[in-house]
Amino acid sequence: MSDTLVLLDHTAAGALRTPVRELVTLARSLGGAVTAAWAVDGAEPGAQTLAELGALGVTQVYRLTSDADLHAPAVLAEGVAGLLEATGARTLLATSSFENKEVAAHLAVTTGAGVVTDADTLERVDGTLVAGKTVFAGTWSTRCAVRAPLAVVLVKANSVVATDAEAPVEPQVTEHAFTASPSASRVRVVERTERPATGRPDLGSATIVVTGGRGTEGDFTPLEELADVLGAAVGATRVATDEGWIGHDAQIGQTGITVSPRLYIGAGVSGAVHHRGGMQASGTIVAINSDPDAPIFEIADYGIVGDLTTVVPQLTAELRRLKG
Amino acid sequence: MKIVVCVKYVPDIQSDRRLVDGRTARDGGDGTLNELDENALEAALAVVEAGGEGSVVVVTVGPDDAVDAVRKGLQMGADEAVHVLDDAIAGSDALGTARVLAAAVRHVGGADLVVTGMAGLDGLTSLVPTALAALLDVPALPLAASLEVTGTTVRVTRNLDHASEVLEADLPALVSVTDQANEPRYPNFKGIMAAKKKPVTTLTLADLGLDATLVGDAGSRTQVLEAAPRPAREDRVLVNDTGDAGVRLAAYLVENQLV
Repeated sequence: MSDTLVLLDHTAAGALRTPVRELVTLARSLGGAVTAAWAVDGAEPGAQTLAELGALGVTQVYRLTSDADLHAPAVLAEGVAGLLEATGARTLLATSSFENKEVAAHLAVTTGAGVVTDADTLERVDGTLVAGKTVFAGTWSTRCAVRAPLAVVLVKANSVVATDAEAPVEPQVTEHAFTASPSASRVRVVERTERPATGRPDLGSATIVVTGGRGTEGDFTPLEELADVLGAAVGATRVATDEGWIGHDAQIGQTGITVSPRLYIGAGVSGAVHHRGGMQASGTIVAINSDPDAPIFEIADYGIVGDLTTVVPQLTAELRRLKG
Repeated sequence: MKIVVCVKYVPDIQSDRRLVDGRTARDGGDGTLNELDENALEAALAVVEAGGEGSVVVVTVGPDDAVDAVRKGLQMGADEAVHVLDDAIAGSDALGTARVLAAAVRHVGGADLVVTGMAGLDGLTSLVPTALAALLDVPALPLAASLEVTGTTVRVTRNLDHASEVLEADLPALVSVTDQANEPRYPNFKGIMAAKKKPVTTLTLADLGLDATLVGDAGSRTQVLEAAPRPAREDRVLVNDTGDAGVRLAAYLVENQLV
């Protein structure tokens, strides 16, 4: 059984991003050893991070270092390609972000890898990797086999529950230095501004998401209060971000962030197909809307026809009371 | 300045989209130019207009009906169109599609700038733009929320999950644009009439000199084993608020261990 390499998405401060734990959990289920790549793009894997990875069962952490900017996906892809070749790992797992899709596309061209994006399941069937994913705005499920010897699978957040390995290990840390080709360095990252932390979970990987749309009429305060009681992230529809009620980075939808939390609560969200494409794969969908004909009710597990400005604060107060 | 815009013909997202034998059904008569590619066309036309010179070639790969996608591009203002039409292309994965597009770009004599939409609203993998750039051996600047060409340099701003960036590269280059980049123009009557006289070239894989085993089902490195509509959600609840809906919802969330 060949090894699986996991790309370790991390913050600028050196903390693992939440979905990485899910990736490692999934990688263990495939058999073979689980190794990991950390792009040294300013932050190093600290002792706590290594302990966390060890608990998850990662045996090897490769520090990818380069003379070129590892924030450029073309550069990172060259480093990862070299690492796959050097270690013999035949499967790469990474979170399904736009940056990693760029890395995956480069790898498809340069290494012959078969790529699946937005996977929500992954298993080995008679030696072949088979990934599951939903398509057409979450309305269809598909299973897709990788026919190439090298597989790159990008996995959606919240696809599996992260668990530690049966026995913790102490990961070996090895440097993998590489020189980027001139062609990979042709894109110059002139500026890069990390988004400041909001104190709430990342929208893309949060287990609970509270979303506001046109029906909020611009006032997200009740939603933010609900989110804080639930430890949830706050998202929005395209209308709400276009109106400037909240930043564009909060936009959930086909062209924004795709979320698949355990619990999605939409308030004043009509459920246009563009938005549904970014949230329909959520576990439980709750919708609060004053319009009984809003399309979101067609996909909601629990729908309330009512005024969000009274229902949401009442929900928040009741949850606060129940939590004591 | 020569710009090639790559567009896709997709099932209308408001239609009943289906998979047949693991492929997107394209027989419903509900096909349309991928909405996000209108932003690509608009971006290309704006670059030519801002520079005061240049031409825009719109390219698509797809079945007979896909010619509608490039026609829309011509109506918006593109100068000429290429439609790659070959039965062997059906079933291509993202890399196969990128190979056909790369061959088509080379066939029209290359481009200073290739512009695409950020994703196709059917597959949504966003892999094709970067793969196409890699095959053409030009720098890729995906997900541009704004795009500016100054002399022989292209500069884009983009918003990623955790950061925003400004990227720059020398031409030739490939840029994919988001739906934030611009407001696509509507073809006016003059544009629609002018488009009827603009050339649409239909090409096969043989015309492109592309080996059919590298594309389509034969060249695909992934294979859809199963596809089925997801079952409707069960036990759905819909209530009219009579004053206590918030309290009842809290009870539902606690009971189902969702909070």
